[in-house]
Amino acid sequence: MTAVAMTTPHGWLLVAAVLLPFIGMMVGLVAGGRHAARVAAVAIIAGLAIAAATLHAVLDAPQVYVLGGWAPPLGVALRADGLAAAMMAVVAVVIAGIGLYARRDSATPPGVAEARAPLAFWLLLLAVWGSLNLVFVSGDLFTLYVGLELLTFAGVPLVCLDGRGETLRAALRYLLFALLGSLLYLLGVVLIYGAYATLDIAMLAQVVRPGVLTWTVLALMTVGLLAKTALFPLHIWLPPAHAGAPAAASAVLSALVVKGSWFLVVRLWFDAMPAVVTFDAAQLLGGLGAVAIVFGSIVALRQKRLKLLVAYSTIAQIGYLFLMFPLAFDVATGAMLHGGALTGGLLQAASHATAKAGMFMAAGLIYAALGHDRIADLGGVARALPVTVLAFALAGLALMGVLPSGAYLAKKLLLGAAESGGQWWWTIVLQGGAAFTAGYVVLVLTRAMRAPPAPLQLVTKLSRISEFSALALALLSLLLGVAAVVPAAGLPAGLISNPFAPKELLPTLLVVAGGFALAAALARRPLCGDGPWRRLTAAAGTSFENADALLRRWPTASLALITLAAAFGWLLHTGNPA
Amino acid sequence: MTDALLYGLAACGLIGLGLYGLIANPAPLRKILAFNIMGGGVFLFAGAIARRGAGAGFGGDPVPQALLITGIVVAFSATALAVALVLRLNAVAGDTSLAEPPPADDD
Repeated sequence: MTAVAMTTPHGWLLVAAVLLPFIGMMVGLVAGGRHAARVAAVAIIAGLAIAAATLHAVLDAPQVYVLGGWAPPLGVALRADGLAAAMMAVVAVVIAGIGLYARRDSATPPGVAEARAPLAFWLLLLAVWGSLNLVFVSGDLFTLYVGLELLTFAGVPLVCLDGRGETLRAALRYLLFALLGSLLYLLGVVLIYGAYATLDIAMLAQVVRPGVLTWTVLALMTVGLLAKTALFPLHIWLPPAHAGAPAAASAVLSALVVKGSWFLVVRLWFDAMPAVVTFDAAQLLGGLGAVAIVFGSIVALRQKRLKLLVAYSTIAQIGYLFLMFPLAFDVATGAMLHGGALTGGLLQAASHATAKAGMFMAAGLIYAALGHDRIADLGGVARALPVTVLAFALAGLALMGVLPSGAYLAKKLLLGAAESGGQWWWTIVLQGGAAFTAGYVVLVLTRAMRAPPAPLQLVTKLSRISEFSALALALLSLLLGVAAVVPAAGLPAGLISNPFAPKELLPTLLVVAGGFALAAALARRPLCGDGPWRRLTAAAGTSFENADALLRRWPTASLALITLAAAFGWLLHTGNPA
Repeated sequence: MTDALLYGLAACGLIGLGLYGLIANPAPLRKILAFNIMGGGVFLFAGAIARRGAGAGFGGDPVPQALLITGIVVAFSATALAVALVLRLNAVAGDTSLAEPPPADDD
């Protein structure tokens, strides 16, 4: 980000990207009932166009819009760099996919003028979108705070759309924990203004200096945002929030809402205070990500319900998003660098957003068709719902990072950064993590392909559009790696090679075999054969479940939050900047 | 002791009290109150910073004042949303405990 304080020719696109969803939301609220879905459809089409135009404009030059002509530090500037434009485009595509999926799922029932849940869903979908765009284009820390809070307020009601007691409880837990995080962030904002008299990110980057105040601020803001992102061990709110939410709402929460606060961490670490970060602090952030991958994947294998399996897989995938932080730290200059690792992290966010949305939709369709989503009773689903199970499988492959998925490309970029930075230990996490992802994908697919004990009775006929929108998002994630051959993406050459060459095929096979072994060892019910060894591995699995239950208790989670804040502060203070 | 320092110390006290309440109180309504106390501390802090940055004939720097007013609006909306959820939860479930019910064992 450069400190340009002038509105650029295409700067109005940024204002349009933020305002359009909110205008759509308000028009939808006034029109009400059946019209809300139509208003949303129009807003989504227009928003896709704006996102495409922004991406096109940003390829030439970063875009800036100075609100009201008041230049920072007194005024507020909206800025879109490549990072923001790419995220805006991904979010627009995922929102469009979710909108298509929900066309029938969240339609107002016939014979009723207006139903609460569908109306709320369409309005909140637009609100989430507008808030995310605001987070992406905000140029100062306080506007980011407002965007972040709007995102939380739009995300929380999505959890309790059906209004049952347990979903209300989950929504309240989410809101209260997120509020704790936002106050820590806001405290950081106030402290930084007190010290530097500006909140503009581009200006801050030039004046900010390491010191007790900036260490404290960065530690407070980072953990506040991690609580909202649900990075292990602060994932207290995520699994219950997904347990009772409709599939489309889960897709919004998991694919999009958590990316908002993640993006803010990226802005803080890379753009606002790149030189305050230390090697050790970046290692801690990446380390939390690595533990999240292992922990989330193992607990996912222990779930009885498909929806919760996908929710825990989200916890693991959130871990992946933080692996780029230690790899982007440049030891020579002692600062965070924009480079291959950041591009890799961004690609990971894009591929996770598309794949996870597709996966939640597939899980929702399976639930709708069977009337339940017990993993043990999925036998025969693959034959009854081939398109849906294919969507789930493709989304799983995309998450595992099989060629030519976006996650594969991201892995290549991060491996390159690990090698050039001499941080070999992240290579193990990057290569081994895929096996954990493969574990739960293999588990679901083997269950789905088994013959059912009795002929499968489908409760309802699925909408073709819903099935194919899930499939389209999964395919998109799986083909995102093709971006490497687009010259405009600016990626180094030679990232994509022949998928059937032994060098590529062998790791893929190893990953699948590792996943199979994990699923066989840790699944709730034996996958293939039972034996005394299963007793041992099942006990290990149970202990992971117990640890998860303990970590998700309120006092444990809040103490973990404070401990992490202290740890980040300490590592920023003592960390080795050389 | 300047008035900005006094306000700053009072703000620290409020933030500490609120943080403790948010962590230690199991009842959601008390957590909401604690959130507001902690928020009050942060806003008071912004006020202290505004006072410290006073100049050019102003009683205080206007930017932190603008921040804290916006912050109060956001905290008010958050409180309204949280209270609405608590009321609805009480109406539907008959209690407002945040504890998760034990998972149904249908294995």
